[in-house]
Amino acid sequence: MSAFLALSRRELLLLWRQRGEPLIALAFFLLAALVFAFGAGPDAALLQRIAPGVLWASALFAVVLSLERLFESDHAEGALDQLALSPISLPMVVAAKVLVHWLGSGFLLLLAAPLVALAYGLPWALWPTLLLTLLLGTPSLSLIGAVVAATALGARRGGVLIPLLALPLMLPVLILGVTAADAAAAGLADGAHLLLLGAALLFALPLSLVAAPAALRQALEAG
Amino acid sequence: MVLLQGRALAAERGWRLLFRDLSFELDAGGGLLLNGPNGSGKTTLIRLLAGLQPPLAGRLLWQDRPVDEDREGHRRRVAYVGHQPGIKPALTPGEQLAFEAGLQGVPAGRLAAAEARFHLTRFRDLPTALLSAGQRRRTALARLVLSEASLWLLDEPATSLDAEGEASLWALVEEHRAKGGLVVVASHGAVPLAGVARVDLAQFAPAVAPA
Amino acid sequence: MQRFANPGRFLRLADALIPWAATVATALILLGLYLGLCVAPADYQQGDTVRIMYVHVPAAWMALSGYLFLAVVSAAALVWRHPLAHLVAKAASPLGAAFTFLALVTGSLWGRPTWGTWWVWDGRLTSVLVLFFLYLGHMALYGAFDDERRGQKAAAILALVGAVNLPIIKFSVDWWTTLHQPASVFRLDGPTIDAQMLWPLLVTALGFMAYFLALVLLRAKQEVLSQRARALALLQAGA
Repeated sequence: MSAFLALSRRELLLLWRQRGEPLIALAFFLLAALVFAFGAGPDAALLQRIAPGVLWASALFAVVLSLERLFESDHAEGALDQLALSPISLPMVVAAKVLVHWLGSGFLLLLAAPLVALAYGLPWALWPTLLLTLLLGTPSLSLIGAVVAATALGARRGGVLIPLLALPLMLPVLILGVTAADAAAAGLADGAHLLLLGAALLFALPLSLVAAPAALRQALEAG
Repeated sequence: MVLLQGRALAAERGWRLLFRDLSFELDAGGGLLLNGPNGSGKTTLIRLLAGLQPPLAGRLLWQDRPVDEDREGHRRRVAYVGHQPGIKPALTPGEQLAFEAGLQGVPAGRLAAAEARFHLTRFRDLPTALLSAGQRRRTALARLVLSEASLWLLDEPATSLDAEGEASLWALVEEHRAKGGLVVVASHGAVPLAGVARVDLAQFAPAVAPA
Repeated sequence: MQRFANPGRFLRLADALIPWAATVATALILLGLYLGLCVAPADYQQGDTVRIMYVHVPAAWMALSGYLFLAVVSAAALVWRHPLAHLVAKAASPLGAAFTFLALVTGSLWGRPTWGTWWVWDGRLTSVLVLFFLYLGHMALYGAFDDERRGQKAAAILALVGAVNLPIIKFSVDWWTTLHQPASVFRLDGPTIDAQMLWPLLVTALGFMAYFLALVLLRAKQEVLSQRARALALLQAGA
């Protein structure tokens, strides 16, 4: 347990030291939302309707772009070897890294989402649902992303490969998040959708903590 | 008493068979020196001994029990310093070693000793990205001081080290052996350690079929 | 070189099965198409455009079952570490991708006159499109690493993780109200579709499966042979 905390502390320290990266992803998130708004035009009703979709799409892109830093540098520097040989099991290594990765991606997006919601004129009544979908959904994105990042370690053209692999796998989460927000917008109960998002998270957790370590071991075996 | 035993080990890289039928035995306090030209499989063998890669053939035994039956135990008894130092450029040596100590559950009091051993104290608060290759290598080696592991696996550990650094390294290794620890060193050339067994990996390369 | 001894048996099996499967495939596909395009009745509403269904539906079945096949073979490859399983997976995914593409295109061609639109973002279509991209990602992984075996293992992991998508596709038409027709063949209480339309579908589907089998075996055989050639070349080069 203390080893897990030691690793989490190190990851947080690294996140802070290299805070340019998550901040760039955040800037990209806001910029993407801006671009969508320009593309859609000034129709206020339209912007309100597409706000959840835009938020979620931008979130997906921002998270996918940040996946490379999850394992790549550790792998290149030999630090992954050390982690594999440390007292922490690989699933716990993945858990610590995903947690801190989420703090630097999904969590930041969650904090910035109100800005986008304001810009798109989303009614206040819909804010809780929207933010709740991001809170429940973005950790799943980090978990799924961890599997993809681990699988693509050391691949040629990893920068292009990761989005190709990650986006199809993340789409169900996006669909769940957007339909929840749309249901709330239509005045329907969103509880079922939010429960589904929670279920997706509960499903992604063991899946990621089994598949990502397996992929990491493959990367280590390749030397 | 034989602690580490390799029986008929074979390994490959890419589609190439690197070595086969390699066997060795190490007692407490023993040392093994792996020699061989580039590409002969020194690094692969070291990683194999660490448990990072499974062998293509053969078995690795610790105290007569196969290593893959007790992976966790093997992880705990191994300290590995590879080609890449395994340190993060954004962290300082002090933070690096504090992290290692936290991982291994070592009390913080030993940190100062580890830093002093490899003369890191002067620059312990500089990010390792700003340090020279030799200073980074010493930071990586300092983790050995914190480690409680009995099997040390060192892949070309003297790379980039100056005379002072090398002296610290080999003195530390001999102390470790005196306490009953084992060490396996991969190196291009000779190594100033007493009484080590030598394995020339080129001798275990597969025979080339005549064209 | 011992690891290439087992594939010998596989090669002999493949050589025996491929011509048989190819013949069955040709026969069944031709029969199924004949039944669907000529014999089966036209729909009372859609007229003759309904006949696209006789290609679209079997193709869609193949898209899904192809991925199921891929997932099972990938699991076998990871669990039993059988090198042939990796080669079969590598052979299968382009075929699955092709069937998925066929399903998407024929579906689109069918949708235009029937629904008035080439595409709609509903549960079924979206998840089949996602399936297509999963296939593409799987194919991309093989060539993405310098060591091909790393690519094989990575692809196997991805295939399994993506298998989660399959139930979502199957049940998407039930979960989300959609333009796409709900299930009328694979239902717990039996198919609701008329026998005259069911038979061409089944015959064509079987034909597609035989075709899939023939091509997977052929491509897997190619992979085994090219691996052998590569190993021999390395040996000759004195590696």
